[in-house]
Amino acid sequence: MAENQQKLIHTFGALAELGSEVSQKQNFQEMMRTSLHLLLGSLAIMRGGIARYSRYGHELNMLVMRGLGDDFPLSLSLCYEDERQFLVNDLYPIEVAQAKVLPFFQIYDQSFEKKRIELLVPLVIRDEIVGVILLGEKANGEAYSGYDKEIICAMARHIGVGIAQRNMMAELERRSDENRKLYDDLRMTYKDTVKAFAAAIDYKDKYTEGHSVRVGKYSEIIAQELGLEESEVEGVAVAGYLHDVGKLTVERNIINAPYRINAKESAELNKHPAVGYEILLPIHHPYTDVPLAAKYHHERLDGRGYPDGLYDKEIPYIAKIVNLADSFDAMTTDRPYKRRRPANEVIEDLQRNAGKQFAPELVTAFCRGMLKEVTGESKDKRFRRLLGREYMEAEGIVPILKNALNGMNATSSLTFVSPD
Amino acid sequence: MEINNNVSVQTSGETAVVYANDYLNKLTGEKIERECRRQLEAGCKTLVVNFAETEIVNSIGVSILLGVIDAASNAGAKIVFSDVNNDTIELFEMLGLTKHVTVS
Repeated sequence: MAENQQKLIHTFGALAELGSEVSQKQNFQEMMRTSLHLLLGSLAIMRGGIARYSRYGHELNMLVMRGLGDDFPLSLSLCYEDERQFLVNDLYPIEVAQAKVLPFFQIYDQSFEKKRIELLVPLVIRDEIVGVILLGEKANGEAYSGYDKEIICAMARHIGVGIAQRNMMAELERRSDENRKLYDDLRMTYKDTVKAFAAAIDYKDKYTEGHSVRVGKYSEIIAQELGLEESEVEGVAVAGYLHDVGKLTVERNIINAPYRINAKESAELNKHPAVGYEILLPIHHPYTDVPLAAKYHHERLDGRGYPDGLYDKEIPYIAKIVNLADSFDAMTTDRPYKRRRPANEVIEDLQRNAGKQFAPELVTAFCRGMLKEVTGESKDKRFRRLLGREYMEAEGIVPILKNALNGMNATSSLTFVSPD
Repeated sequence: MEINNNVSVQTSGETAVVYANDYLNKLTGEKIERECRRQLEAGCKTLVVNFAETEIVNSIGVSILLGVIDAASNAGAKIVFSDVNNDTIELFEMLGLTKHVTVS
């Protein structure tokens, strides 16, 4: 009676520890090692191992082994007949000596005999085989009793659940990886589409070839200098690429006019922000505010812009960024009626118009980005690629940039106050 | 006495005494088994596992000791469990470990 009580305490102690082991989140391999120790130690079983079932390969791969030696097979194949029998047994141990009719036990008969494997416990969780436990002889040399098998069955359930949880986590990780790759592919497709659109917009205007692409890139630089998050930077770049999409509906002879266009033509051209907004609005963009950037990229802080004459804080931030990028590109590229202006002049213009047309902190960010590249502080060649090396190495550009930065309070709020 | 990888060991000729202490009942107890195997590979013919500092032995401890018994048996070495308290002796007897070792 006393011996039985001690046996109960010992085995139930092991069972309790096993339960806690499986429920704790820790290293899976350690969990399996501990589980095998607890199972072998609870009934003093000389040797054993736990294998995980791979349903793709129809094989059992050993996770942990004790006392089975280096020559024990690490991978064991199952056929349909074996699997069916394992499923029928659920978690109840199969006596190896009684199961030699199954192909599995015929194939591995020698290995099992050599290591004196007596029991195989199928780990069946929710009607699926997740693995097996192999158990050798008991230290006392006795056969496994019904009580032993019940204990083994209970412990096997814990171990099976541990493996099933691990499989589930691995599956979730795999699906999450797949989703991420799918999302990346979609994002890439979206970006390529945006760039194709930008090229289509620019194709219509032979004098401003590459304008949309450059505005996208300048907008991206400003957003990066502002320290925006990666997804926000991408959104701002997309807004830059697509800001002139409304020009697709403007007649080519107005866009390409080699002279200053008249008031009527100008009114036609000035519709392009609102048209762009209408085009972009129904599209489900992964970034917000892209349509707003198209609509308001000609607004000015002082309310003298179009189409709505918005003031300062009424203008969406993204539109302010695109506005600066758009204006900078207009000033630094040849137009049919105007040559590109030298860097010094352009920077002074930006400084002069900060708080009137442009948000001062955006001008600061833009000039800072440019200065970092000119002084070599940044190894990126973003501006050089867009403007050309000679343009960026113009004499006096560094002091002018420094002067522009010193002359503006980067932290000031958007400064213009409506005269009304 | 020397300490190998936190396990205390005393050797004398072909006899090695390995102190089980309280490491035995956790996964870290595997280091005791490793030390025993090291001693057996070094030619130890009598391996003594000392339980003077071991109050109880749980299932992990039993499993580790079974590994030591198996290794000693494969090496043809004698194995002795010394300074085992009464409760632990009863446990070893009940589980059949005493069929493989001498308890002193």
